[in-house]
Amino acid sequence: MNNQRSLFPQRSNLRRQWSRYTNHGDRFWRGALFVSSLLILVLVLMIGWEVWVNSAPSRHAFGWEFISPWAQAVWNPALDRFNAWPSIYGSLITSFIALLLAVPFSVAVAIFLAELAPPTLRTPLNYMVEMLAAVPSVVYGLWGIYVFLPEIVHPIGVAVQDTLGIIPGFSIFFGGPIPASGISKLAAALILTIMVTPTIAAVTRDVFLAIPRSQREASLALGATHWETIWKVLIPMGLSGILGAVILGFGRAIGETMAVTMVIGNTSGGDYSILKPGYTMASIIANEFAEAVSELHSSALIEIALVLFVVTIILNAISRWLVMSVHRKTMGR
Amino acid sequence: MSGDIFAQVNLSRVYRRRKWVNNFILGLTGLTVILAIIPLIWIIVYVIIKGWRVINLDFFIHLPTAMGVPGGGVTNAIQGSIVMVIVASIIAIPIALLIAFYLLYYPQTKLGLSIKFSTDLLSGVPSIVIGIFGYALFVVPVKHYSAWAGGLVLAMIMLPVVVRSSEEMLKLVPKELREGSLALGAPEWKTSFSVILVAALEGVITGIMLGLARAIGETAPLLFTALGNEHYDVFSYIKQGIETNQSFWDILHKILSEPTDALPLTLWKYAQQPYPERVEQSWGVALVLMLLVLLLNIGSRSWLAWRRRQTHG
Repeated sequence: MNNQRSLFPQRSNLRRQWSRYTNHGDRFWRGALFVSSLLILVLVLMIGWEVWVNSAPSRHAFGWEFISPWAQAVWNPALDRFNAWPSIYGSLITSFIALLLAVPFSVAVAIFLAELAPPTLRTPLNYMVEMLAAVPSVVYGLWGIYVFLPEIVHPIGVAVQDTLGIIPGFSIFFGGPIPASGISKLAAALILTIMVTPTIAAVTRDVFLAIPRSQREASLALGATHWETIWKVLIPMGLSGILGAVILGFGRAIGETMAVTMVIGNTSGGDYSILKPGYTMASIIANEFAEAVSELHSSALIEIALVLFVVTIILNAISRWLVMSVHRKTMGR
Repeated sequence: MSGDIFAQVNLSRVYRRRKWVNNFILGLTGLTVILAIIPLIWIIVYVIIKGWRVINLDFFIHLPTAMGVPGGGVTNAIQGSIVMVIVASIIAIPIALLIAFYLLYYPQTKLGLSIKFSTDLLSGVPSIVIGIFGYALFVVPVKHYSAWAGGLVLAMIMLPVVVRSSEEMLKLVPKELREGSLALGAPEWKTSFSVILVAALEGVITGIMLGLARAIGETAPLLFTALGNEHYDVFSYIKQGIETNQSFWDILHKILSEPTDALPLTLWKYAQQPYPERVEQSWGVALVLMLLVLLLNIGSRSWLAWRRRQTHG
């Protein structure tokens, strides 16, 4: 009896304790936070898993030959023989040229935005850089086909084929003639230059802005000019951040799909010249996946997606790490 | 003494040269900014001039005509874009806010850091890869393309954008507000919703707008999930449903399970067709798309800046 009476209040105590946990809803709230946060983690893993599993037939059929530059460059859905090197080469060469042009350019833009622009000019210019990044890539593609290619790319291509193209060793890469429409790897590279400039410029600008004012003042007080301060103090200090921005831009360029698909011509000939049409990894998927003729064909395209996924994950991881290291370095001081 | 004079002469030459280099290179950076902006102005002006000609009321309310026949509109694409963006927002926004809150409360924990990292990774995954993923996950099991699949991949595109910007905005809310609310006995969820979220609401809305702008302009993930459909018309589905006495859910299911068109998808297809009317119309689509995206971007950013100035003096 006594025992039971003492048990009863204990139970009510338990219940009260339990309700203290649950009634105000924080258990549920924290659970929801936890679950939705796990979701994003699971999502990234699932993307990797899906492309890994679905590319199995192609991986088993071709092995490493699939991405090998030395294998026979053949992409033939009718024979079910696939080698991705031409499209990998297309991605690499277009992104590489785009970065070569965009990096000095965007660092200069970032210097102007972070160091020189007067406040009245700074806001509209920042907006414009954001807008440049926000224009949908199909709009770039449309403008590219009908305006940029015939008016800018074709003359540049002709100039390249007449200068670099006639040098014996270089003609593999710069051999013409460029098609009259301007459709070529060079066109993709130049469109990508315009598209990655705002990305690199915005991150580089933030890197410069993260560097404390005292560093500039110290350098100027020692008698350095503004440019010498930028070149000898700010750029070395922010170098890893700038490198991070460049790698981020590389990730963007290599994954960019629509604009490139519209201007690169989409042929898998395996021609090395930048003045000839070609494929990139993203554009071959966009162009062929919906009309894949065999299981092996679609799984080969998914394997390209796998390569693209792995490459961009690695690039992004490196770039985040580099940019974060600058912020940590400047915060620590 | 004479040595000193020589040194002075040399020095002044060095100074002059350094100053000249300084001015030259800084001027050069200004020039690159102008050069960088030229394509933007060029695109905007060109698209407005070319697109303006084909835009009229018919363009917004009519379905496309058969290929090669002039006239017709792109209402299928406009409706499809709206439907898919709504689906994407309903799915992505609540989840993104919860993740942003998680990152606010547990920023330095192991899980918090890895979630931040995977958000960054997700925003870097090429959209075409997300498209393939959506195809494998949402299209293969049910064996047909749908607005569902399109909306879900757009949600994946939106998610990292909204998470990162809302997290930034939530972080700006002073800690004292949160502590005050908790000290008054409000549970954490209530504090989060009615104190922190309200205080950061303008910033969070801006983040959502940026996410919408990103989702509405994406083409690549829709290629293998929504596919495109020149007869997609929500109103006719509703009318048909009412005539045949279907329930609300059946009509909704019909709207969401058809292959669907979207503005960027239409633009992509029209631009490459051999019919001049379609190419002309693709400029109109580009104009609508570009205005939407830029207005969402610039509008929300400048609205936020304006509100900030108002509240902080």
